[in-house]
Amino acid sequence: MNALAKRIIPCLDVKDGKTVKGTNFVNLRNAGDPVELGKAYSDAGADELVFLDITASLEGRKTFTNMVERVAKEINIPFTVGGGVNELADVDRLLQAGADKVSINSAVLCQPDLINQITNHYGSQVCVCAIDARYDKDDWYCYIRGGREKTGRKLFEWAKEVADRGAGEILFTSMDHDGIKQGFANEALAQLSEIVSIPIIASGGAGKEEHFKDVFLQGKADAALAASVFHFGELTIPHLKQYLKKEGINVRI
Amino acid sequence: MTVAIVKYNAGNIYSVVNALRRLGIQSILTDDAETLRKADKVIFPGQGNALEAMAHLRKYRLDEEIKNLTQPVLGICVGQQLLCKHSKEGDVDCIGIFDAVVEKFHPVAHEDKVPVMGWQKIEIQGEQYQGNNLLKGLGEHPYVYFLHSYYVPITSYTIATANYILPYSACMQKDNFYACQFHPEKSGKTGERILQNFLDL
Repeated sequence: MNALAKRIIPCLDVKDGKTVKGTNFVNLRNAGDPVELGKAYSDAGADELVFLDITASLEGRKTFTNMVERVAKEINIPFTVGGGVNELADVDRLLQAGADKVSINSAVLCQPDLINQITNHYGSQVCVCAIDARYDKDDWYCYIRGGREKTGRKLFEWAKEVADRGAGEILFTSMDHDGIKQGFANEALAQLSEIVSIPIIASGGAGKEEHFKDVFLQGKADAALAASVFHFGELTIPHLKQYLKKEGINVRI
Repeated sequence: MTVAIVKYNAGNIYSVVNALRRLGIQSILTDDAETLRKADKVIFPGQGNALEAMAHLRKYRLDEEIKNLTQPVLGICVGQQLLCKHSKEGDVDCIGIFDAVVEKFHPVAHEDKVPVMGWQKIEIQGEQYQGNNLLKGLGEHPYVYFLHSYYVPITSYTIATANYILPYSACMQKDNFYACQFHPEKSGKTGERILQNFLDL
């Protein structure tokens, strides 16, 4: 019996220590501060938070690490950080700062052994493997560098490999669904859940409450991640969770 | 009030330090026997491997120190497991407060994922425990955050259960020793309440 609650995860993009797109959040003094925004989500019932560093500069990375330390001090739920993680030293820096998990993407497609290194050092639970993919003619293909570069790797083969190498979770973003708000890539998600036995976090496509129901029931996802629907207040986490509970889905309320 | 956190090779203890700080408590991270003995409360956190943790505790004689503490002690996660008699993780004898053997989860169905990672509702056991001071005031739906691959079966010391693959001990108590398999320091308001309850003991 699997009694784990389905998780709702807001994702915060952080640039130079400030949240991007966080401006419409209701009743918040400073939605530009990732820590304050994260805390508001946590109080609203988010089960976990993801902070992605979208700055590339060295200076930005330092600012981000300071932010991670503040999140660890202020927030009482687990959180994942990602962006710019290229080697074990980056993982070390972010875990030292207090992150619970680290998400990696481009770097592991170029050097898959990084997954083994991370899990050997810190355990599989800290290693979230992010996969961005798009359906192209005949199959799903993985992309790197924020979706700008196509690789020859196919989604399902790569997912199996990252699980075999010890990744703790897969964060799958369908680039075909991302930003369109027409629902998640449920078919591909369900197939992922069949192929691997590690938790799948679904990302890309959230627009309304029904989409979350579908991603849990049809897509068999363990968690659903979304950004703009929460940031712009189109959906609130308490309402969403009440709805999911009514639909018979196990959520933490 | 002084709260000591047992310092040893057991991973991310700073999340416990941070959680206590949010409750207004400046804790002391220590492996000094005298400091542990004198503290009003002792927290024994843990993450990582039982075999390595026990080797470290034995080397610094902390296993005996912990066993002889008389103030309220709270074991967290691997901390709960190390307070048991024996762990199958590395097949190692542990501190032995709770007469129980720590077992490894064996997935039964494809959906059974190990490590168990996420939020689960705990059931507070039996009427005699409803009033247990560690678990008071948690409301109807105490969801807490778990992250583990080994578990303690249900014993006579179990005061709350979780059910993943099979029912097991989520919280335990014997005399002044309390323990949680989950991470109260990462369990939102419910976890905060449990830590506050422990501080209020």
